[in-house]
Amino acid sequence: MAKDEFQSRQFKVVGTRVPRPDGVDKVTGRARYGADITAPGMLTGLCLRSPHAHARIRSIDTSAAEAMKGVKAVVTRADFDVTPESSGNRDVLDNVMAGDKALYDGHTVAAVAATSRSVARAALKAIKVDYEVLPHVTDVDEAMKPDAPVLHEGRQQESVPEGYSQNVLARSQYGHGDVDKGFEEADIVIERHFTTAATHQGYIEPHACLATMGGDGKADLWCCTQGHYHVRDTCAELLGMDTGQLKVTSSEIGGGFGGKTTVFLEPVALMLSRKSGKPVKMTMSREEVLRASGPTASTSVSIKIGARKDGRITAGWGDFRYQNGAFEAMNGALGAMCGFAPYDLENVRTTGWEVVTNRPKAAAYRAPGAPMAAFAVESVVDELAGELGMDPIDFRLMNAADEGTKAAYGPTYPAIGLKSVLEAAKDHPHWNTPLEGENRGRGFAVGFWFNFGGNTSVSLMINGDGTVSLSEGNPDIGGSRASMSMMAAEELGIPYEHVRCVIADTASLGQNDITDGSRVTFAVGLATIKAARHAIDIMKARAARIWGIDEEAVEWVDGAAQPAGPNAGKFEPMTLKEIAALASKTGGPIAGHFEVNAEGAGVSFGAHIADTEVDPETGAVKVLRYTVFQDAGKAVHPDYVEGQMQGGAVQGIGWALNEEYIYGEDGILQNPGYLDYRIPVASDLPMIDTKILEIPNPGHPYGVRGVGETGIVPPLATLANAVSRAAGVRMTSLPMSPPKLLAAIKAAKG
Amino acid sequence: MSRIHVTTTINGDETEYLCEPQDTLLDVLRDELDLTGSKEGCASGDCGACSVMLDGRLVCSCLVLGAEAEGRAVETIEGMASGEELHPLQQAFIDKAALQCGICTPGILVAAKDLLERNPDPTEEEVRYWLAGNLCRCTGYDKIIRAVLDTAADMRGAA
Repeated sequence: MAKDEFQSRQFKVVGTRVPRPDGVDKVTGRARYGADITAPGMLTGLCLRSPHAHARIRSIDTSAAEAMKGVKAVVTRADFDVTPESSGNRDVLDNVMAGDKALYDGHTVAAVAATSRSVARAALKAIKVDYEVLPHVTDVDEAMKPDAPVLHEGRQQESVPEGYSQNVLARSQYGHGDVDKGFEEADIVIERHFTTAATHQGYIEPHACLATMGGDGKADLWCCTQGHYHVRDTCAELLGMDTGQLKVTSSEIGGGFGGKTTVFLEPVALMLSRKSGKPVKMTMSREEVLRASGPTASTSVSIKIGARKDGRITAGWGDFRYQNGAFEAMNGALGAMCGFAPYDLENVRTTGWEVVTNRPKAAAYRAPGAPMAAFAVESVVDELAGELGMDPIDFRLMNAADEGTKAAYGPTYPAIGLKSVLEAAKDHPHWNTPLEGENRGRGFAVGFWFNFGGNTSVSLMINGDGTVSLSEGNPDIGGSRASMSMMAAEELGIPYEHVRCVIADTASLGQNDITDGSRVTFAVGLATIKAARHAIDIMKARAARIWGIDEEAVEWVDGAAQPAGPNAGKFEPMTLKEIAALASKTGGPIAGHFEVNAEGAGVSFGAHIADTEVDPETGAVKVLRYTVFQDAGKAVHPDYVEGQMQGGAVQGIGWALNEEYIYGEDGILQNPGYLDYRIPVASDLPMIDTKILEIPNPGHPYGVRGVGETGIVPPLATLANAVSRAAGVRMTSLPMSPPKLLAAIKAAKG
Repeated sequence: MSRIHVTTTINGDETEYLCEPQDTLLDVLRDELDLTGSKEGCASGDCGACSVMLDGRLVCSCLVLGAEAEGRAVETIEGMASGEELHPLQQAFIDKAALQCGICTPGILVAAKDLLERNPDPTEEEVRYWLAGNLCRCTGYDKIIRAVLDTAADMRGAA
C-alpha cells in the first residue's frame, strides 16, 4: 500500500503557473480534435436510431440501402458475431448496436457508410425496420414497481428482495452501528424525499472517430476519448480481433467529464470499415449526443437524520434510488457510499438501488452518483442546523470526519482535509460578509469524492541535448501535459521548458486506465516522478562509471550528479545535459520508465458557498457570489486546479438550476439540443472564487490528490440551500427551474 | 446534384471552392478547405464554437450557407495570429489558463476579438453578455472573462 510516499520538499517548478505546452495549438485552431482528421478515400458513417422508447425489432431490411449508389457498407447487429465475456461488454455491445430490442429513443439499430454525408443520409431513410412498439418506463420510482414494463428479463441480482420489478438490477448496503437506536437518542429527526433530473455532461465536442481496418485484420482508430486503451480493449472484443492488432490514437479531446469513458461510434465505425474496406469517419450530431450518449442518473432519494440539541448527529439513514438508463451501472451504490462520507457517525445505514429504464445508458459524470446524494444529505443537514439554531459550518465541524474516522462506506480515513476546508470557509470574507437584501439567501454544503489511482505506464527519454521527451497514455483534457512536464522537471532538476510531454498511442506504452476518478495528476504524476527517478538512477550510474566510483557514492542534486560526500571522491558535478551528451559512450540511450497499478489516491473534500437572489415574480434565480474551497493535496499547476474547481461548480449550478432531460409521455426526449437543454452561459454567472487547500496526500511523492471531480459534488446542495433560504420554501426537487420554483413559492404562500 | 462554384476571401486570401447547395460555410471550411479550427458543437447556432467573421460581422458559420460566402470576406481563427505572433487575446488565454479542453477556444477568441474592436473598454457584464453565445463547459467562464478584461486593459495601455 502506497501510504508513505509523501516527502516534504521545497518545490521549484511545481506550484507555479507556467504556460501549457499545447496552448499555442489550441488558441490557433491547429489542435486536432476527434472530427478534425481525414484519410484518403474516407467514407462517412451515420447511425440509424430508434424513434421508439421501447420496441422489439422484428426485422431490418437493408437491401434498398445497400443497392444505392455510393453506399459501401450497411451494418446491423447481425454483423457483430461475438458473445462478450463480461456482462459489461455485453451491455456495451447491446448499447452501440441494438439486438432484439431498441431500449430507448435514439438507440442505434443500424449504420451505413457512404461516399458522402448526403448519400449516407438517404441510405438511412431506405433502411426498413419493423418495430413492435412495447410499453416503456422512464421514471425511476415507476420502473421499480412490480407491474412496470420490463427491459431485461433475468438480470436481477440476488441482493434485490422480492416484490420489485425485474428492472431493479441490484441493491447495495453500507453503514455501521444501530440507526434505530441512534434515532431514539435524537432530540430532532428530519426526513425528506428528494428528486433530481438526469443531466448531460455537455462536452462541446460531439463524439467522433476515424476507423481504418485493412483486409489483413489490422486496424487503426483515431477518436476523442478519455481512455484509448479502454477503447482498444472494448473494440477488439466487440470486433472479435486480437487487442494487439488494433492501435488507438486519442485525438485532442473537447471535454469529457466522464461521458467519454466508454464507446459509442468506435466499434460501429470499425465494423463499417471492415465491411467496406475503406476508412470510415463518424461524428455525432448534438441531437445524437443528447439522445444516445452519456446522461447521468436521475434519482429519487429519501434521507433521515437525527441529532441531539447539542448539535451531535446520532443517526443517518438514506435510500438512494438511481435509474441508470437502459443498462446496469453502479451510480446508486456510489451515491449510497458518498452521501454521508463527510460525517463521523456512530450509526449510519444506506442503501443504493440500480434501476434500468428506457433512457440512454448512463455514463459517468464527474464524481458519478455523488452530487445527487450530497444534494439530499446536505439539504437535511442544512435544515437540521437551522432547526437547532446552529451555524451551518459549526454544525458540520462538530460532526465532521477526520483522520481515524470510520467512514460511512467502510474504511477508516487517513489524513483528510475536511476540517481544514470547513475552517477555511468559516474564516473566509464571503462567509463573514452579511448578505443583505430581499429575496436573497446564502447556501453552504460540503462534498466528498473517493479519487482513484489505477494502471499507469509512463516513459521518459533523456535526449542527447539534455532535453526530455515524456510519454504518457492519458488524453490531456485540461492541462495535464503541463502538470506532467512540471513534475518531470521538478524531479530531474531541469527547466520546465526542457520537457515535452506527448500522449502516446496504445502501441507505444503499457496499459493506462481511463482518464477518470480524478486519477491522472495523482497516478500519472506519480509514475512520471518514478520514471524520472529511474532515469536519474541510470544517469548516476553513468556518472559513477565515468568517475570510476561506486553508483551508491553518487547523488542527484539540482539536475546534476555529484559525489555523495567527501569520501566518494572529488569530482565536479555532471549535469543532466553533460551526462546525456556522453550517453552513447557510456552504455547507450538513457530512458526511465515506470509501470504501476497506483493505490493511495487520497480522498478529497470540498465546500461551496453561494449567494442567490430569487425573482418572486418569475422564479428565476441569480447567482450573486460563489466561492469554492477544496483540498488539492498539492496543487501542481494552481491555474488548472482552480479551473477544475470553477468548472465543476458551474456544471453543478447548471444541474441545480436549469439542466434537465425532459421526456414526454411517449418516452421521447423532448429537448435534444443546446437551445432547450440549456447549460450555463457567461451571462448567467458571477466570477467563481476559489481557495485551494493543501493537505498532503500521504500516497503521493508530492502530496497530490485528484481535484477533477469533487467540485461538482457540493453545488447542487449549496444552491438548494441558498435558494430555499431566499425563497422561503425548502426546495427538494432539481432542477429549480423558474416554473418549478415559482410553483413552490405560490404553494408555500397558500 | 451540381455543385456551386464560390469565389471568396478567407483570412485575406482569395479562395475558390465547390459546394453543394445545402453545405454550410462551416462544412466548407472544415471539409473542403481543411480549416478545422472552427468547430461544430451543435450545428444550430447555439454553442458558438464555429464563430467566424463574415464581412466584419460575427456569425455562426453553421448558420451560413457555403454559397452565401460568394464575393465576401471570411475571417477564421486560423487568421487571428500574424505569422508567429499571437494576437494579445490568444497570448492571454494561454498565460491566464483561459482554456481547459480548448474546443470552444477558437470561437470564443473570434468573438472576443470582435468585442474588443467594437468596444475597447467593456465592463465585465458587457463581456459576459457578448460571450453568452459561446458555450464553454470546462472553465465556468471565470478565467475567460478575466483574460478578455485584462487583454482589453493591456491593449488600451499599449494604444
